[in-house]
Amino acid sequence: MKYEEFGDNESLELLRESGTNVLLATIDDVINWGRKNSLWPLTFATSCCGIEMMQTGAPKHDFARFGMEVYRASPRQADVIVVAGTIVKKMAPVLKRLYDEMSEPKYVVAMGACTITGGPFCLHSYSVVNGVDQIIPVDVYIPGCPPRPQALLYGMLQLQRLIETETIKSRKIRIASHNYE
Amino acid sequence: MEEKVKDIDTDEQQEYIINIGPQHPSTHGVMRLVVSLKGETVKNVEPHLGYIHRGIEKMCESLTYQQIIHLTDRMDYLAAHMNNEVVCLAVEKALEIEIPDRVKVIRTLMSELTRIQSHELFWASYGMDLGGQTCYFYGLRDREMVLDIFEETTGGRMIVSYNCPGGVMYDLHPNFQKRVKEFLKHFRKVLPEYDDILTNNVIFHERTVGIGPLSLNEAISYGITGPSGRASGFSCDVRKHEPYSAYDRVKFNEVLYAEGDAFHRYLARVEEMRESMNIIDQLIDNIPEGPYAVKMKPVIRLPEGEYYQRVETPRGELGVFIISDGNKTPYRVHFRTPNFANLSVLNHLVKGFKIADLISIFGSLDFVIPDIDR
Repeated sequence: MKYEEFGDNESLELLRESGTNVLLATIDDVINWGRKNSLWPLTFATSCCGIEMMQTGAPKHDFARFGMEVYRASPRQADVIVVAGTIVKKMAPVLKRLYDEMSEPKYVVAMGACTITGGPFCLHSYSVVNGVDQIIPVDVYIPGCPPRPQALLYGMLQLQRLIETETIKSRKIRIASHNYE
Repeated sequence: MEEKVKDIDTDEQQEYIINIGPQHPSTHGVMRLVVSLKGETVKNVEPHLGYIHRGIEKMCESLTYQQIIHLTDRMDYLAAHMNNEVVCLAVEKALEIEIPDRVKVIRTLMSELTRIQSHELFWASYGMDLGGQTCYFYGLRDREMVLDIFEETTGGRMIVSYNCPGGVMYDLHPNFQKRVKEFLKHFRKVLPEYDDILTNNVIFHERTVGIGPLSLNEAISYGITGPSGRASGFSCDVRKHEPYSAYDRVKFNEVLYAEGDAFHRYLARVEEMRESMNIIDQLIDNIPEGPYAVKMKPVIRLPEGEYYQRVETPRGELGVFIISDGNKTPYRVHFRTPNFANLSVLNHLVKGFKIADLISIFGSLDFVIPDIDR
């Protein structure tokens, strides 16, 4: 993603300037460059958003351009879990377990209204979890019901941007925050 | 320790139980299958439901009829238009409203486009389940064209929410006819390619022909509808037997086979895409002029009573049963979803086949899991 297209450049600069030195910053840059360009998502789709995720992997939108084409069926091989679709109370422990099985560094993208707030089911339904951030820590939220493939691509590019700003120090804080009870 | 080893050696009846799902790529969603195996042979399959149960039927009781429509397309999201249509038709039947011709034709056209895109996705994912990655790219490439047509007219790509009681939400986009004709021209050209890749593929034949056969009597007693039922010779097309919208004025064949195995369930869907194109051909040039919706009151109250309406979705017969007590919200809504009925036959089909065939049979029934759980 181009620098001028990113919405929040101020905090990005702040993150870059605070507490980095030349040697570590260079190592971070190299690690982050590799990490952000080979994000492997988990094939995890519960409902409608999953079809749009499939469609994003298909020829017209082509996930593979950004190094995300390798959908992994096992959480142990995946870097990012794109929560595509409603999470209900019966599914919540399974999602938590999938997340715990992933190895660090791991990221979570909440795709669609259902995963952000419960979406169309948030008010009247008795079985829907109102937002996956009650179960697992979310890095990027993508609104829409379901989001267009372009929206998913934009969200994933934001995630790449997030990874770009990581340092060894901030990664430690991040991993500590993943024990989410 | 010794006893244990002895047990395994002597007890030939011992079953090995594995879980497929809830998170598994071949279940196309979140479905848990508890499979009992003896060696590699499937003894028993027990589907566990509820991993995507959102309580839509209960939610309907606290929402008005206009609001219900927006929940229904989240049930079977690959047939969003038909799911909307069934509620609208039920409401219109209850209120005894005469629907303009234009609306009927628009609904039929949209239904058939929906059917094509749903079967394309089936083709793509079934091919991928059986190991053909190319199918995935071919199928979804052509599906994108239909989604573009939807987007232009309805604003939504997949979840269209285009119907409302009394008609459709907006008029057709001026480009609609042109785009549909372009798509048909393109799709007629590429459909033979589909046959080359999958239908005439030897490996595909090995995986599907004779796998999971279902006889006509079994299909009827289990209530298997849609292409899965028609592959067994069960003439169950609601479009033929109880025409709704504009299906009474178009000519099309009901695709019927007698074999009822996984291959013919697949073949029935591919042939249905051809029939759908014929239906669109007959209607696309004769869309009548007129209003695109009847003016309705902002608050719809159905007269007291029970109403049932059914339509044909790409996966079978979808019925909606509404009990009204005269209020603006229904007293009870029940959906007879095709996937739930079709799932009941899974255990019967896979018994005695290998575990690899389970994927083939499960894929050939073309499940949409949120439609099962609702």
